[in-house]
Amino acid sequence: MESIAQLLQKIPKYDGLPEMLQALIPIIVSSIVIFALLALAVLFMVWLERKVSAHIQDRLGPMVVGGWHGWAQTIADALKLLLKEDIVPESVDRVLFKMAPFIVFLGAFAAFVVLPFGASSFVTDLNIGILYIVAVSSLSVIGIIMAGWASNNKYSLYGSMRAAAQVISYEIPAAVAIMTVVIYVGSLSMVEIVRAQEGGFLNWFLFRNPFLFLAFIVYFIASLAEVNRTPFDLPEAESELVAGYHTEYSGMRFAFFFLAEYANMFLVSSVAATLFLGGWTAPFSILQFIPGPVVFFVKALVLIFIQMWMRWSLPRLRVDQLMYINWKVLLPISFALILGAGWMAIL
Amino acid sequence: MDKNLLSQIVFYFFAVLTIGSAAVVVFARSLIRSAFALLFTFFGVAALYAYLGADFLAATQMVIYVGGILVLILFGIMLTHKLYDLKIKTASVQLIPAVIAVVAVFAVLAFFMLRTQWFQSGSMLSGPTTASIGNLLMQDFILPFEVASVLLLLALIGAAMIVRRRPE
Repeated sequence: MESIAQLLQKIPKYDGLPEMLQALIPIIVSSIVIFALLALAVLFMVWLERKVSAHIQDRLGPMVVGGWHGWAQTIADALKLLLKEDIVPESVDRVLFKMAPFIVFLGAFAAFVVLPFGASSFVTDLNIGILYIVAVSSLSVIGIIMAGWASNNKYSLYGSMRAAAQVISYEIPAAVAIMTVVIYVGSLSMVEIVRAQEGGFLNWFLFRNPFLFLAFIVYFIASLAEVNRTPFDLPEAESELVAGYHTEYSGMRFAFFFLAEYANMFLVSSVAATLFLGGWTAPFSILQFIPGPVVFFVKALVLIFIQMWMRWSLPRLRVDQLMYINWKVLLPISFALILGAGWMAIL
Repeated sequence: MDKNLLSQIVFYFFAVLTIGSAAVVVFARSLIRSAFALLFTFFGVAALYAYLGADFLAATQMVIYVGGILVLILFGIMLTHKLYDLKIKTASVQLIPAVIAVVAVFAVLAFFMLRTQWFQSGSMLSGPTTASIGNLLMQDFILPFEVASVLLLLALIGAAMIVRRRPE
């Protein structure tokens, strides 16, 4: 945000504006920049998901719109969704039904404020950075429950209950895995966490010691469940629940759920890239000429690709298996990891 | 002066949000609406903490109250059979005792509110609070901290004990 504020200073007569506007405009501009970035990333990820799934199943996927490998397909789809009629079914709770997609999206969007895309390209560097991300993502859970209840549809209600139970359970091992990194850095700030990993890939927390390597795997599995991806996609299991909590939604409100889902995928991948893969720092010193944001996006995209790869390779878990993995496997492992990582940090 | 005005607008926005949604919590006729209105109350309180510079407290408020307690309340309402579409009666009963109790509570609160020397936000430490909170919890307040964690552990074991299926 500082760099945006400095850029704005160069606009002639900017100093002449009232102070209140001078304080407000950088905030508004950076929100718009983050939103545009997010929308672009999501458009690209949806296209990538369709291509990856197609090639895994020996198909070609979208090939027509836009010419080269159907690159404009998701732009066309997004426009179609935005122009559709806003249908609100008869027996829904109108206020909550209309509010829910925006609360779900808010939870995803607010977290992007603290992501460090590069050494100087981030909106703000909060002292409590990573804790802030954990905190605002709890908004999405409430939004999902709200959508499921307001729809007045049993599939929606089942889907939202599953989603909420899953998200709040897997938050715990994810947060404990995050804590192992915080022990080493001694700060919750995202920028500080990346600074602690500068200087080649051997300094990344992923390769520091075996406990952190396992913590990365625990975080990755838990984050898959938090964003409701296969093999943890029970909340929207098509074969049993139609579409889960967004069964009754269409048009723009559905688009917001879709946006939030992919934004959350990008979010957990960026958090994993920041915490364990060195964020914007280059893996080799000869690669340091590449701008930080590019390195950051490549790392996040690699993790997103792995998420997609798993989605199209693995079957879905049962509910009892889901809870078993969380409470009896991931949670004890993550507690052992925090002890081990703490012990290694003292040594 | 203009910046001051902006921060006052922010403060009054969140104050109105907190109190307004708290009123919805009390007066809503359906239980689930009350629970969802509580989201905005918790959010507004967290925003007010952040406004006062207590960043760690604000995030903790969100994690514990929104991510934990509110979800628990919503689950409780949804899983309880035929409770979530129950209409709550908002008729007034016991008017005179209620008025006496409310006036008494208000008098006590107002008395202490006016007598206490409040910190002005200007004189407050601005800067990271997380490290100092951690040091205080692990050094000066280690005993209450541990007592609280043992209490929580007891509650957890107790809950697991109650729901356990006993062999017939």
